Amino acid sequence: MSKNVNVGKGHSPRELELYFGPQHLGMVGNFSITLKVEGDRISEASANPGYLHRGFEKLMEYRTWIQNFPMVCRINVVEPDSMEMVYSMAVEKLAGIEVPERAHYVRSIYLELARVGSHLFGLWAYANMLGFDTVAQWAMYHRDLVLDLFEELTGGRVYHMYIWPGGVRRDFPEGFKDKVVTTLHSIGGCVPDYDATFFENRLFYERAKGIGKVTRGEAKEMGATGQILRATGMKYDIRKVEPYAAYDKVSWEVPTREDGDAYSRIWVIRDEMIESVHMIFKLLDAMPEGEVYNRIPNPFKWAIPPGEAYVRCESSRGELGLYMVSNGKDKPYRVHFRTPSYPHGLTVLEKALKNASIADVGNIMISLYVVAPEIDR
Amino acid sequence: MAKRSLLSPLKSVRYLFKKPKTLRYPFELKEPAQRYRGFHLNDWEKCTGCGNCADICPNEAINMVEISELEPKLGEKNERPQLDYGRCCFCGLCVDICPPGSLRLSRDYFHIHFDTDTFVFIPKDEKTDKEKFLPPGKYSVLKASLSHRKEDYEGFASDLRYTLFEPERVQMPEVPPEERKLSFIEQVIGYNKEEAKREAARCLECKLCEEACPAHMKISEYIQAIYEDKPEESLKKIFEDNPIPSICGRICMRYCEDACSLRLRGEALAIRWLKRYVADTIKDYETALELSPAESTGKKIAVIGAGPSGLAVAYFLVLSGHKILVFDDLPGGGGMLRIGPPLYRLPIESIDKDVNYIASLGVEFKFSTNVGQDLLFEDLLRDYDALYLGIGTTVSRSTKVKNFEKCLLALDFLKDNKIGEKRKVGKEVIVIGGGNVAMDVARETLRLQNMQYPDEKVSTKTVSLEDWDIMPATEEEIEEAKVEGIQFNPGWGPKEVNLDEKGHVKGLLCMKVKSVFDDQGKFAPTFYEKEEMLLEGDMIIEAIGQAPDFSFISEKLFDKLEFTEMRKVKVDENGMTSIPGVFAGGDIVNTNLDAVTAIADAKIASEGINRYFIKGIKNP
Repeated sequence: MSKNVNVGKGHSPRELELYFGPQHLGMVGNFSITLKVEGDRISEASANPGYLHRGFEKLMEYRTWIQNFPMVCRINVVEPDSMEMVYSMAVEKLAGIEVPERAHYVRSIYLELARVGSHLFGLWAYANMLGFDTVAQWAMYHRDLVLDLFEELTGGRVYHMYIWPGGVRRDFPEGFKDKVVTTLHSIGGCVPDYDATFFENRLFYERAKGIGKVTRGEAKEMGATGQILRATGMKYDIRKVEPYAAYDKVSWEVPTREDGDAYSRIWVIRDEMIESVHMIFKLLDAMPEGEVYNRIPNPFKWAIPPGEAYVRCESSRGELGLYMVSNGKDKPYRVHFRTPSYPHGLTVLEKALKNASIADVGNIMISLYVVAPEIDR
Repeated sequence: MAKRSLLSPLKSVRYLFKKPKTLRYPFELKEPAQRYRGFHLNDWEKCTGCGNCADICPNEAINMVEISELEPKLGEKNERPQLDYGRCCFCGLCVDICPPGSLRLSRDYFHIHFDTDTFVFIPKDEKTDKEKFLPPGKYSVLKASLSHRKEDYEGFASDLRYTLFEPERVQMPEVPPEERKLSFIEQVIGYNKEEAKREAARCLECKLCEEACPAHMKISEYIQAIYEDKPEESLKKIFEDNPIPSICGRICMRYCEDACSLRLRGEALAIRWLKRYVADTIKDYETALELSPAESTGKKIAVIGAGPSGLAVAYFLVLSGHKILVFDDLPGGGGMLRIGPPLYRLPIESIDKDVNYIASLGVEFKFSTNVGQDLLFEDLLRDYDALYLGIGTTVSRSTKVKNFEKCLLALDFLKDNKIGEKRKVGKEVIVIGGGNVAMDVARETLRLQNMQYPDEKVSTKTVSLEDWDIMPATEEEIEEAKVEGIQFNPGWGPKEVNLDEKGHVKGLLCMKVKSVFDDQGKFAPTFYEKEEMLLEGDMIIEAIGQAPDFSFISEKLFDKLEFTEMRKVKVDENGMTSIPGVFAGGDIVNTNLDAVTAIADAKIASEGINRYFIKGIKNP
C-alpha cells in the first residue's frame, strides 16, 4: 500500500510507505513491518506486533499454579521448553520447592535438546528464505529426529509439558540415553554436509555478510541478548552468568563471532548447536541416579505465600526472564515475561532495517531469530 | 573465518540417490512413542466418578456427565468424564490427578468426521467398550477415528511416583504394642497441628466421602478449615451434622475413608483422626460454636437412651427450641459407647466432653433412670409431645452350648472394666466371636492379664465361626489384636464347655465349620461334627452379638410396634414407628449397628419430629 505524496511536510517526494506482512512469504509468523522506502532503500521501519496477541499473562492470573503449567509453553511455539523452565523456576523460588539433583541434569539435557531443535528450525527458516532449499529440508528432517526424542521422553512432539515445579514429569524411559546419543551422532554426522552446502557456501557469505549489522554498543543499548549480542563478540550467556539447572556441573564454551551481522549470527547458531550436543554428552555421563520429582502440594489447595520473583534463563533466542508476583492465593497475581524476541523484533529490527534494501528484510528479520508469538504475550 | 567456496555445495548432489526420508502416509505409518499423549482411555470399572479430572483441566475440556445405566455404588458417583476435543490440549494433568488411575491417554490421534459434535466424547477402553477397539487384523488406519481405534494401544499413563496427589497418609503416632498392652492407656496419640494440616492438605475435595457417610457430614469443608488452620470453623461444620465429634473422632466406622478416592491406590485420608484433632484441639466447644437454642416452642420430648442417636436427637431438637429430657440406665451419657469400646480406644473424658456440651445447651439428662422400673413408658407417652427410642442393643447373646452358664457375657465384662471394677481374668482366656466386640473383649483381657499376672505366662485366644475372609471385625482391629499377641482360631464353632471335676472351666470343645451362611445368605452355620479341637482355657467370654430389650414396653403397646423382616423396628421416612408420636433410631432400626448411622437416624427423626409438630397431629 502506498501513501500519498506528502510534499512540504519534510518528506522527500519519492518516499513510499510499504506494508511488509503479515501475509508475506518472507515473513515468519504473524507479524508485520511498516517500511518507509525510497526506491528499494528503507529509510525507516516500524514493527507492528499484535496479530497473535492471546493475552497469556492475563489468562495466567485466572488459572491455578498447576493449570498454568500446560499453558506457558504456548508462548513460544518453536522452543516451548525454556518457557516451562522459567515458569517452574519462578514457582519453585516463590514456594520454596527443592528440585532433586538428577532432575537438574534431566532439565539441562532436555533444554539443550530443545535448543538444538529450535536452532535447526531457525536454520530451516533462514536457509529457506535465502533459497537454500536442500539445507532447509535437511534441517527440518533433523529437527524431526529431535522431536522423536521429545515424543519418547514426554509424550508430545511440539508442546512437551515436561518440566514442572518440583522437577520433571517422568524419568528417562528405558534406553533413552542411548537413543539420544545415537540420534545426536546421526545429526552430527551431517555437519560436514551442512558446512559444505551452506555455511561454507560462497553464496551464503555474499548474501549475509554485512547485512543487518548491529554493533556491540548498539546491541547492549537496545537490550539485545542471545546470538545478536554474541555475534558482536560478547560472551554473554545466562547459563554462564547465572547458572541454573546443571549448567555449572560440566565445562562448555560460549561461541562468539565478531562482526555483528547476519552471517556472524547464523554462524553463532551453528557453533552453539555443536556445543549443545557436546554438552548433552557430558551431562549424560555426569548424570546421577535418583528421583526426578519432589511432589508439589495438592493442586486443589495449593496457595503460594506472598512474594515476588524474577528468574531468567538462556532460551535459544536470548535471555528469557519471568517476573511473577504471588499474593498468597492459589493463582498468580501478576506474571510478566521478558522475552528475547521483544527487543529483537522491535527495537533491534527497526534499527537493523534502516538503510537496508527491501530484498534483505526477511534476511535480517530471520537472522535476528524473532518468534512473533513471544512478542505478543 | 571459515573458507568460502562456490563448488563445495555440489557435494549435496549425492543426496539425490538416497532413499527419501518422508513417510508415505497412509502406506507407511509412524508408530507413536510409548508415552504418547493421544486420545483418552477410561476404565469405567475403576473410575469412581470423583471428577478430579474435570476440576484440574485447565481448559474446561472435561465435564462429568451422569450415566443413567450405571448403578451408583456406595461411595461412587454414576458420573463419567466427557471430553471436548475442541478444548483439550492433551497435557495429561487429568491422568496425573486421577486417583484410581482409570484415566489414561492412548497412542491414537486420528479423528476425522463431518460432524463436529463427535469431538465431544465419553472415553472408555477396550475392557468396557469392545466394539470400538479393534485387534490389529480388523483395524484400518483409513477408518481411524474415535469410534474405530486400535486395541491395546496404551500411551501416557498414571504413575504413582509422579501423581499430583499424595498417596501416603501422615502416620498417626501410637503407643507401641509392647507398652500399650500393659495398661489401658489410649493407643492413638492424635495429630499435632502440623501433622493435621499436612494430612488435611491431601484432600482432593471430590466429596465421595460425603456421599458415603450415613450422616452426610460436610467432610471436605471441615477438612479445608483444618488445612487453613481454622479449627473453630471446622468444628462448626462438624456440628451441623454430628454433635459427638470427640466420640466419633475415635470410634467411627469410617464409611468415608472406605470411599476416599485416595484409598484406591494409596491410603485413605485420615478423616476420622482429623475430626478427632478438631474435637481435641478445641477445649471449649461453647465459645467456639456460639450455638444457642431457638425460641422455646413449648413442646416436650422424651428421649430414651443417651447413646449416639439419643444424644444427637437431643442436640438437634434442643436447637429447634424444644424441651428435651434424656433418660438412661447408665450413670453417664454415651450409651453403649460408654461401656463398649475399651478405655484404650475411647476414654470416658472424651465421651463426657460431648455429652456435657449437649447438656450445656439445655438438654436435661436423667441418668441412672431405668424406664420401665423407675418410671413407666406409658407415663412418658402421656406426658410428652413426642418420644424417641434410642435404646440400642443391650442384651448379650449366648451360644447356649452345653455348660454355657459358666461363660461370661461380653457386655457385662466390658461394662465392669470400663465404668465399674476391673474384672479378674484367667491366665488362659477364650473369647468366642469374630466381631469388633470380640476384639475389644480379647484385647481388654490381654491388658488385664498383663496387669494381674505380671511376668507370668498368659494367653488370650479367640474362636470364631467366620474364617479370615469373612471375619466381621474391621481389618484394623484384627491387625492390632494380632500385633498385641492375640491368637486366632477362625473357622471353628463351639460345641461344649469342658469342666474339670470341681466344675471350673478347663476348655472349649470346638468343631470345624463347614459354612456360615446358607444359599440365601442367611446366618445358618453348618459343621463337620467329626472334626473336633479342644481349646484349653480357664475362662470363656461370649461375644457373639447383642439384642435389644423391649421389656419396658407393655405388651399391649408392644403388639402395636411393627418390625421389619430383619427384626428391626419399622420406621417411616420421618423416623416414626408404627406408634404415632414415637420415633426411633440407632441399632434397633438400622442394620449397620454403629454410631454414625445412629446419628443419621437421629437427624431424620429430629426433622420428622419437627414436621410432626407442624402438622399438629395430636398425641395419641
